[in-house]
Amino acid sequence: MAEKNKTQLLAPKEACAECPAYNAANLKKLGLNIEEVDHVIALAGNPNVGKSTVFNALTGLRPHTGNWPGKTVTRAEGAYEYGDKRYKIVDLPGTYSLLATSLDEEVARNFILFGQPDVTIVVVDASRLERNLNLVIQVLEITDKVVVCLNLMDEAERRGLKIDDRMLARDLGVPVVPTSARYGQGIPELLAAVHEVADQQIKTNPYRIKNEPPELKNAITQIVDQLKVVYPELPNPRWVALRLLDGDEEIAEAVESGEIGSIVQVGVEDNKALEVSE
Amino acid sequence: MSVNKKDILQTAKELRTQVGGDFHQKLVESIYSDAASIADRAVERPDKKQKFDLDRTIDKIVTNKWTGFPIMILLFALVFWITIVGANVPSRWLAELMLEKVYPWLKVISANIGVPFWIDGLILDGIYMATAWVISVMLPPMAIFFPLFTLLEDFGYLPRVAFNLDRIFKKAGAHGKQALSMMMGFGCNAAGVISTRIIDSPRERLIAIITNNFSLCNGRWPTQIMLASVFMGALVPAYLAGFISALSVVAIALLGIAISFGVSWALSKTVLRGEVSTFSLELPPYRPPNLWQTLYTSIIDRTLAVLWRAIVFAVPAGAAIWISANVIIADLSIAEHLINFLNPFGILIGLNGVILVAFIVAIPANEIVIPTILMLTVLSGGLAGVGEGTGVIFELESSAALLNIFTAGGWTILTAINLMLLSLLHNPCSTTIATIYKETGSVKWTTLATLLPVAMGLVVTFFVTQIWRVIELLL
Repeated sequence: MAEKNKTQLLAPKEACAECPAYNAANLKKLGLNIEEVDHVIALAGNPNVGKSTVFNALTGLRPHTGNWPGKTVTRAEGAYEYGDKRYKIVDLPGTYSLLATSLDEEVARNFILFGQPDVTIVVVDASRLERNLNLVIQVLEITDKVVVCLNLMDEAERRGLKIDDRMLARDLGVPVVPTSARYGQGIPELLAAVHEVADQQIKTNPYRIKNEPPELKNAITQIVDQLKVVYPELPNPRWVALRLLDGDEEIAEAVESGEIGSIVQVGVEDNKALEVSE
Repeated sequence: MSVNKKDILQTAKELRTQVGGDFHQKLVESIYSDAASIADRAVERPDKKQKFDLDRTIDKIVTNKWTGFPIMILLFALVFWITIVGANVPSRWLAELMLEKVYPWLKVISANIGVPFWIDGLILDGIYMATAWVISVMLPPMAIFFPLFTLLEDFGYLPRVAFNLDRIFKKAGAHGKQALSMMMGFGCNAAGVISTRIIDSPRERLIAIITNNFSLCNGRWPTQIMLASVFMGALVPAYLAGFISALSVVAIALLGIAISFGVSWALSKTVLRGEVSTFSLELPPYRPPNLWQTLYTSIIDRTLAVLWRAIVFAVPAGAAIWISANVIIADLSIAEHLINFLNPFGILIGLNGVILVAFIVAIPANEIVIPTILMLTVLSGGLAGVGEGTGVIFELESSAALLNIFTAGGWTILTAINLMLLSLLHNPCSTTIATIYKETGSVKWTTLATLLPVAMGLVVTFFVTQIWRVIELLL
C-alpha cells in the first residue's frame, strides 16, 4: 500500500484534506473500471434500503434501482477513486439476516467472510432502525471494519423520527453516517468514514451480542478457546463458534479443511469470493 | 492444550446437544433484544401519533380485498391505453419514413449502380426490411410502455400487486415471494428466473422458475400491444378502439397470471408436493419517482437494449427469410415448402404455416415474431395472397395498413386471438432456457419448463379454434 507522503502537501491544503467536502470534490466515479484497486468495499443491508442508490452515487453506474425488496439478487461491482486511493465496491444482495440458508443470504455472507473486504458498509433504513440493526449486529460479529450508512434520513424525518447518530455510533462502536442517498446528502461524509476505516485511521470497537443466555455464552467461550489454538490469526472466532453451534455445515467444512485459516491472508487480488458466489 | 481441527468440531457437536435444539432460536432472540435496546436509545419517536399517514391510507385502498384488484386492472389498462394511443402516430411516421421513403430510395440507388439482384435482395429486401419492421413496429410502444411501467415500479406499486397476489399463491401451494419473481418476469423472464433466488425452499423455487414464463416479457409486450391495436381495436368504433385494445392486453396478462396460479397449484399437488413456507412480505414506502432518471434508465437500459437485441436477431433472420423465400426447390421456395408443411397443422389450431415458421425463427428472441410474420407474409406473397411476389413495395399507413397485410394473408380475428394466446403460451426464449438450466442444474426441469408452455399453448389454441368454429356454424 502506498505510504502517505504528507510532507509534500502544503499546510493549508493539509487542513483541507481533513474536511469531507474537500475530498468529495476529488471523488472520481470510475464506473466499471475496477483494475488495480487499493481497497475492496462491500455494500450490505436489508432489502430496499437504498443500497443500489448508494452504489450508484459512488460509482456513477446506473443499474436500475427498483423500489421493492429483492431487486438485486446477484452482485454488482463498480469502482471509485477517493483521496489517493482506488476502491472497488461490491453491491451485495439485500438480506434481513446472515443466518438463514437462501442463496442470496449465502452470497452476502460468503463475500463478507471469505472475500475479506477492507470495509463493509451496512446500509440501514433510518425509519426502521430496530429491524435493520439485526443485520448490523450480525455483520459486526463477522468483521470489525464496518461503517453504518444511516440511509433514508429524509423518510425518517418525514415520519417525525429523531435519530441520535452519535449515540448509535457509540453503542455500535463503528462510524455511523446519516445519509439521504437519493439526494446525494451525506455521501461525502460516508466516503470520508470509509476512507478512514480502510486506512485504519479509525480503530473500531464493534458491538458484540450481549444478551445471550449463560449456557450459550459458555459454549461460545469453549469453542473460541479451541479455535484460537488452531487458528491464532482468525479475526472472528466468536462468529465461527456461533456458526458451528448452529450446525452450519459449510463453516464446519471450512474449519476442518483449514480453509477458514486462509481468511486472514486473503487480500484484494484474491478472487476466491467471486467464485464462491457464482 | 493440544487441539486439532477435528477436536473443535467434536466439541461443537457436544455443546450443541447440550445447548439443545433451540440454539438458533435463542441466538436470534438475543440479536433481536440487543437490536431493540440499541434502537431504543438512539431513536426519539414523535410524541403524538401522526394524524394522517398517507402511505397507510393508500395501502388500505390498493391492497383492499374488494378494491385492490379493480384498481390494479384499471391502472394497467390505463398504462396500455396510453401506450397504444400514443404509439400509433410515431409508428406510422417511422413506417412511412423507413418503408415508403428510404426503402424505394435505396432500391433506386442499388439499381443505378447495378448491384446484382441477389445482393440487392438479401440486403434490402431481407436485412433492411426486417430491421425496418422491428424498429417501426416495436420502438414506439416500447418507448412509451417501459417508462410508464418503470414509474409504477419506482413509486412502489408493484410490491402492492405482489401483496394482493400473495394470498392466492399460497393457496396454490407456492411461495408468496413468487409474486415478486413473477413481477420481475414481466420485464424479462431470464431476470425473473434469477430473481427466484430469494425463495429459500427448493421445491417452491422450482415452481416459481417453471411458471415464470407465464409472465409476458419485454419481448412479448410489443407483440400483444400491436396485435391488440390492429385487430381488437378494429372491432369497435374508433373512439373505443384504444380502450378495447388496452383491455384485451390486460386480459392476456391476467390470463397469464391465472395460468401461473393454475400450473403452480397442479405442480404442488403432483410432482412438487410439500409444505408451504410462510414469510412476511414487506411493503416499502411509496417514493416519488425521479422522473428524469426513470426516463433515462428505461429508455437506455430497457427500450434500447431490447430494441438492440431485436435488431441483432432480426438481421440474420431477415437474411435467412429472404434466402428461404428466394431459393426455389421443385417449383416452390424453401419458405413455401416449410409453410405448406406446417400449414395444415397451423389451420388446426386456428393459425397458419407462416405464423408457426415465425415462432420457430423467433426462438432466440421473442421480439422478432411479428416482423418475421410480416416478412414471410409479404415475401412468400404468391402463397399468402398479397399478390405481387417477392420484394414488393407496399403502402403502409398506420394500423389500418397492417390490417390489410394481415387480412391479405388470410387472417381473421380468430387468428389474432390465437396468436396472442400462443405468444403468451410458448417456449421461453433461448436466453431464458439457458438461465433455467443454470439455476436448476437439471435437464429434466429445464425440459419441463420449456415444453410445458408450448404444449399448453397448442392445446389452448386448438380448443379455442374448435369452439370458435362451432359457434360460427351455429350463427
